[in-house]
Amino acid sequence: MELLYDERIDGDIANVDKSALMAAVLAVAPQLTLLDREEDLRPFECDGLSAYRVLPMLVAMPTTLAEVEALMRVCYEHAVPVVTRGAGTGLSGGALPLEKGVLLVMSRFNKILSLDADARLARVQPGVRNLAISEAAAPFGLYYAPDPSSQIACSIGGNVAENAGGVHCLKYGLTVHNVLSVDIVTIEGERMTLGGESLDTPGFDLLALFMGSEGMLGVITEVTVRLLPKPEVAKVLMACFDDVELAGKAVGDIIAAGCIPGGLEMMDNLAIRAAEDFIHAGYPVEAQAILLCELDGVEADVRADCERVRDLLEAAGATQIQLARDDAERQLFWAGRKAAFPAVGRMSPDYYCIDGTIPRRELPRVLKGINDLSAHYGLRVANVFHAGDGNLHPLILFDANQSGELEATEALGGKILELCVEAGGTITGEHGVGREKLNQMCTQFAADEITLFHAVKSAFDERRLLNPGKNIPTLARCAEFGAMHVHHGELPHPELPRF
Amino acid sequence: MPIKTQGITPMTHLQDQQPEYTLPGEPGATVSSGPAAGNDDSTALCEQVARAHAERATLRIVGGDTKAFYGRRVDAAQSLSTTGHHGIVHYDPVELVATVRAGTRLRDLERTLADNGQRLAFEPPHFGANATVGGMVAAGLSGPRRPWVGAVRDFVLGVRVITFEGKHLRFGGEVMKNVAGYDLSRLMVGAQGTLGVLTEISFKVLPIPHAHACLRLELPLTEAFDRLTVWGREPLPITGAAHDGTALHVRLEGGEGSVSATRQRLGGESEDPLFWEQLREQRLPFFDGAFDTSTGRTLWRLSLPTLARTPALEGDWFIDWGGAQRWLRSSDEIDSEEKGPEQSGSESDTHIKEVAIAAGGHATRFTPNANGDSPFTPLTPVLDKYHRQLKQRLDPQAIFNPGRLYAEW
Repeated sequence: MELLYDERIDGDIANVDKSALMAAVLAVAPQLTLLDREEDLRPFECDGLSAYRVLPMLVAMPTTLAEVEALMRVCYEHAVPVVTRGAGTGLSGGALPLEKGVLLVMSRFNKILSLDADARLARVQPGVRNLAISEAAAPFGLYYAPDPSSQIACSIGGNVAENAGGVHCLKYGLTVHNVLSVDIVTIEGERMTLGGESLDTPGFDLLALFMGSEGMLGVITEVTVRLLPKPEVAKVLMACFDDVELAGKAVGDIIAAGCIPGGLEMMDNLAIRAAEDFIHAGYPVEAQAILLCELDGVEADVRADCERVRDLLEAAGATQIQLARDDAERQLFWAGRKAAFPAVGRMSPDYYCIDGTIPRRELPRVLKGINDLSAHYGLRVANVFHAGDGNLHPLILFDANQSGELEATEALGGKILELCVEAGGTITGEHGVGREKLNQMCTQFAADEITLFHAVKSAFDERRLLNPGKNIPTLARCAEFGAMHVHHGELPHPELPRF
Repeated sequence: MPIKTQGITPMTHLQDQQPEYTLPGEPGATVSSGPAAGNDDSTALCEQVARAHAERATLRIVGGDTKAFYGRRVDAAQSLSTTGHHGIVHYDPVELVATVRAGTRLRDLERTLADNGQRLAFEPPHFGANATVGGMVAAGLSGPRRPWVGAVRDFVLGVRVITFEGKHLRFGGEVMKNVAGYDLSRLMVGAQGTLGVLTEISFKVLPIPHAHACLRLELPLTEAFDRLTVWGREPLPITGAAHDGTALHVRLEGGEGSVSATRQRLGGESEDPLFWEQLREQRLPFFDGAFDTSTGRTLWRLSLPTLARTPALEGDWFIDWGGAQRWLRSSDEIDSEEKGPEQSGSESDTHIKEVAIAAGGHATRFTPNANGDSPFTPLTPVLDKYHRQLKQRLDPQAIFNPGRLYAEW
């Protein structure tokens, strides 16, 4: 399969004897849990991108920093690649193991080390779940803002590695905006702290560089996050449209009026029907699109903003506007959106989630392009968007047991991402490149840019041992991928609209 | 692990193919303004860098030259001026994004944004009318609003940058969320041109809030800290908190309802909003003579955990960022006279930096000193190693602003 590590184009990996490696690790870290039997490795063969599975050579489950350091030193010495894994919820295969590599599982680093309500920060180990931080902060009226839909399961270390987003990022930012510092163990087994409890540090902004670096530059061993006071009130308006384009335009109207909603989400008809069937959130199943607009803050402001947004939505052609009557209904409106992925999963044996981001103004044109591509490939696509920040999550419905459907799905997904790049956007807004979007990186970046990414990588990991074959493609891969997609200078499917 | 790189064909780069994709009259049309036409000087800039690379000539990168004090003096073979590369490339208020050439004057950009009811929320200091957008990003300094809305780097969505070989590359973009590849855009913020020449920056911009109020409350520092701690745990529309030694200054920005309710609650007297601009630009009396080396009083910036106790350092303090940024007019010069002029600066420099580290932060000297010491706090050995390796990879011949941050690189 094209997605699995290919030494020919992804780079050579040393052949190391498993027993010798285990002996070397246990010599310096005798208490470290190492798994090597097939039945023990099986649960770790994939992350959230479950279509791709590889058994690692070894799984290491450290509980102390000293064990992590010792493991890294041994792997560095033996030139064994290390793939770090948090909760394994990632959707781009960033934690897909290597058969000649060690899978470093950080899930036992699961303690909240301190929570300072006055300073509004929490020091946590990387295996702590995203939602657990907000739960621990709740008694103090505080919370951790980034809320990816997987927040009940995903861990903060993985959030940092992916620069995770969520439905509230337009107003409250991504992980990069809400983390004060991270502790790192380098591939050579050194400790360093990036950032700090002060709001800046001397030198380069390595904290920003490590955000979203997908385990390619170092291993995260501790994270200090910023906590925010909970908004006094939050209200949600649901607006229905009988035309997707009108809904897309309404999003722009809200932003243009100087209003920054806490969350601004959009779902198309297929996604609405799937979610309603699953959650019974009260979504109108006949609508072509709904917008969920959450306004939060101080009571008086929220009331004024609700009025303003309601007027805008009416003017934008909404057929029906509903304000959640109480907090229970507000939660229900969101439940439908947050469960959109599993809901779509009920309609189809398999689904494949895309993560492109585009300038919002391009929404109508990109939607039309997705529809055309969907028809061309004969695969249904349900659309859910973080509309406020232009992040699209088209879900391709397919059946992996039907011969050729996975391949067609991958091809369709790739085309959708190329559409996003052509519209001035990006191939990934929040799920990461991982293994999944490696080829599309060649579309988004020129060879010189990819070369500079490799230069950055080599400053921290000269031997390419940290998560090799993820995030940044080799130029060899791009050459091969380019040759595959551009035949005699002709783009495949010239009949499709391209912009 | 060797990578096979033979037989590579030039790749299609879609971002470079696209035309300017909004036209006047289309939905989300780009706003054009006076300076928007601007001038694209990138070809000449790339050529100069490529020549410097070939000749191994060092370059001092200069915009408006308003922040030369912020770092070590750069002795380079040539200057590379970005001021000829100016203009707003795209600005679409509905998208909340502005893309600007590095040599654009900061005040021109701010005026265009204000005309559309928007702003750079991190309110960068200018330190002079000629301040450029590129210099502002390279310096990475943020204004009084920083703890509440974020720093320069939090609003940088993408950059174009000239590499050591004179190649003009693009990282990030004009979208709010983008995790493709390493975040080189944010890495460039505050790197002071030591990793490449910034030519274009895309910013997230925000609407100017509907209401604001500025208050002055006369109370001692300890009580100010106590109140800020309590207020900080509530969702109040505070976007500025500074203490000048006798009074706490608070700025509120948000919706009409929350600003007026909070104003009632916090009490104090109204104050001219000009206070915050003067603080940002260091034009309050506290900062008088800060850049005059002959006054014998050094201006230090201490970046500390918000609730850190006031460090035991002699001098006058001015607290900003609710405690996270503290200005010190140090009077350590008494020691220096005893020790002799050569050593004096370094001795007290080292002491102040050590005290700041012990308090959980770092210190930066804003008043230049004669012996060319770095104004920045030294890095730990491991961090220093990776800084050097990164610099080595991105600027192998050390042609960009050599020694600007630290003497050794």
